[in-house]
Amino acid sequence: MTDLVSRAQAAGAATSVSASATGPSWGMEKTDRAKTHGLWALTNRELMKWYKTPVLLFMTLIQPVIWLGLFGQAMNFSKVFGGSGLPTQAVASLLKGVFGVSDYFSYMAVGMLTFVILFTAMFSGMSIVWDRRFGFLDKVLSTPVSRGAIVMGKVFSAVVRSLIQAAIVLVLAVLLGMDTGSITAAGIAGTFVALFLLTIGLSTFFLMLALRSNDWQTQQAIMNLLNLPLLFGSNALFPITAMPTWLQDFVRVNPISYTTDIGRQLLLGAPGFAPLGFDFLFLIGFSVLFSTIGIIMSWKLLTK
Amino acid sequence: MQATGAVIRVNGLSKSFNGKVKAVDDLSFEVGEREIFGFLGPNGAGKTTTIKMLTTLLKPSSGSAEVCGYDIASDPNDVRAAIGIVPQEYTADEDLTGQQNIRFCADLYGIPRGVSRDRTNELLDLVGLQDAADRKVQTYSGGMRRRLEIACGLINHPRLLFLDEPTLGLDVQTRTAVWDYIKKLKVDYGMTLFMTTHYLEEADGVCDRIAIIDHGRLVKIGSPAELKASLGGDIIELGVREDSDLTELIMQSKSVKGVRKVDSTYRIKAELGEEAAPNIIDAIRSKGFHVTRISVTKPSMDQVYLEYTGRTLRDAEADRADMFSQRVTLRRARSR
Repeated sequence: MTDLVSRAQAAGAATSVSASATGPSWGMEKTDRAKTHGLWALTNRELMKWYKTPVLLFMTLIQPVIWLGLFGQAMNFSKVFGGSGLPTQAVASLLKGVFGVSDYFSYMAVGMLTFVILFTAMFSGMSIVWDRRFGFLDKVLSTPVSRGAIVMGKVFSAVVRSLIQAAIVLVLAVLLGMDTGSITAAGIAGTFVALFLLTIGLSTFFLMLALRSNDWQTQQAIMNLLNLPLLFGSNALFPITAMPTWLQDFVRVNPISYTTDIGRQLLLGAPGFAPLGFDFLFLIGFSVLFSTIGIIMSWKLLTK
Repeated sequence: MQATGAVIRVNGLSKSFNGKVKAVDDLSFEVGEREIFGFLGPNGAGKTTTIKMLTTLLKPSSGSAEVCGYDIASDPNDVRAAIGIVPQEYTADEDLTGQQNIRFCADLYGIPRGVSRDRTNELLDLVGLQDAADRKVQTYSGGMRRRLEIACGLINHPRLLFLDEPTLGLDVQTRTAVWDYIKKLKVDYGMTLFMTTHYLEEADGVCDRIAIIDHGRLVKIGSPAELKASLGGDIIELGVREDSDLTELIMQSKSVKGVRKVDSTYRIKAELGEEAAPNIIDAIRSKGFHVTRISVTKPSMDQVYLEYTGRTLRDAEADRADMFSQRVTLRRARSR
């Protein structure tokens, strides 16, 4: 502290000496006014919080791993039906009839890939609430950075995070016994394109919900309200054919379903509930629509 | 300080929320170049709303304002590029070093990498954080954090810097140091500073001009000396040995505005107490009387403030989010 004071006094002394001299005049200068400037800085800021806090990374991974390990292994339908005295062959074809694959673990492992995306996207909404409360958002808003870049920085960081997380979950699933019989490089690439589109759409959706809020409790409640319906109202855990028709209607508009559908068709060679082309078209439409709305809303809502 | 040109021109600026509550009501004032302008008022008076409008975070409901020559409503991006802001909160990233934080701010302004490297060093020097540049912000003391925020606010070399409660929660030594940096910015760099504070005596010492607002309206504006003079001048208390009534004699002295005799003590109101007092003493002595004691009391900024905003306690108008951010700010200010 004394250090600080003496330095300030030194600064003060210097001031009085140079008081008469005209100091360097600061004026406006040419800066990069492209709409995208600062986008990388904002994206990197979000990512840094993540890779500089390994605990956070660990926690976001542990949840799908627990689901994979507990739920996926406990709901071992071949064992469940195997106990009923049916021949193994019959059980396998029964499962194939219901799930499109002969083991449930592989089926839900693909669902877990989208589950990870859903969670990461939800938290990107949460982070803007904290930024507002800590005054960071106001500081960024008072700079010439474009309003859209503030939202897109969060979206892109969610994209990077969730794709890395999804990759780790996929590796873990394979290690835990996922069926790798029909995995191809193109299949993996296609699946990740689908996951990419889903993250863009979902994280702009959750960010839009949070754009005006400065109350993290409300935001948390909204997240909890949406998270389970979005997960269970999709084909991530159970096949659409086993659901009542009203639920099927919801599943058919839920983008998570189309992402899972792509993953199942490309990674497991299972039949999908919609053709691949339609799946991709739906996801492209979803992500383009939501990111456009997101950028427009961020222009409107970030300045009151 | 004579203003050479207006950096901020506010004209009938108003803001109402939800169509009813008038947070800012028909505000008009100007801030001149190279001026340290203090913006004072009780909590909920409309200070924050005004600053948010001037820094383009809020759109005015009516009226207009020009900041650095740009209209806040039609050219917000030009305003943003021209000004710097030191928010009340500590917004620096705890996990990053001071230097990384300044570089981040530079990126937000679109300052090219090469320029931002040099400027970061220059600013670290300016606020005396060169030694701590590579330390994580979480190890910084409150004063260091505040100086880092100031450095971030200067990254675009603004002509005008907004400071919201720059010394909130800091101890006296650190506060003095922060004010010294603020004065230095004006003198060495020709900057204009617009700031809010609740430390009235400090505002008195630092500001060239002060505006007091309450209930969204401007109640008084002027130099600290003018504001204090507006209370009717200084109070001179004078004791005289003799019993005779000297009221008439004292009244004849220059710049004396009123005299009241209480026992053997005269309470004199005068415009410039320190100049009036010797004159009064001379006048009394010339008539052969004896002055036994004398004191001159200047009105304080506290008195000015209470005079114009009243003594009524303000009920907490701050909402939960504001309280939260203030708690965080205070906690970080006191960290070592």
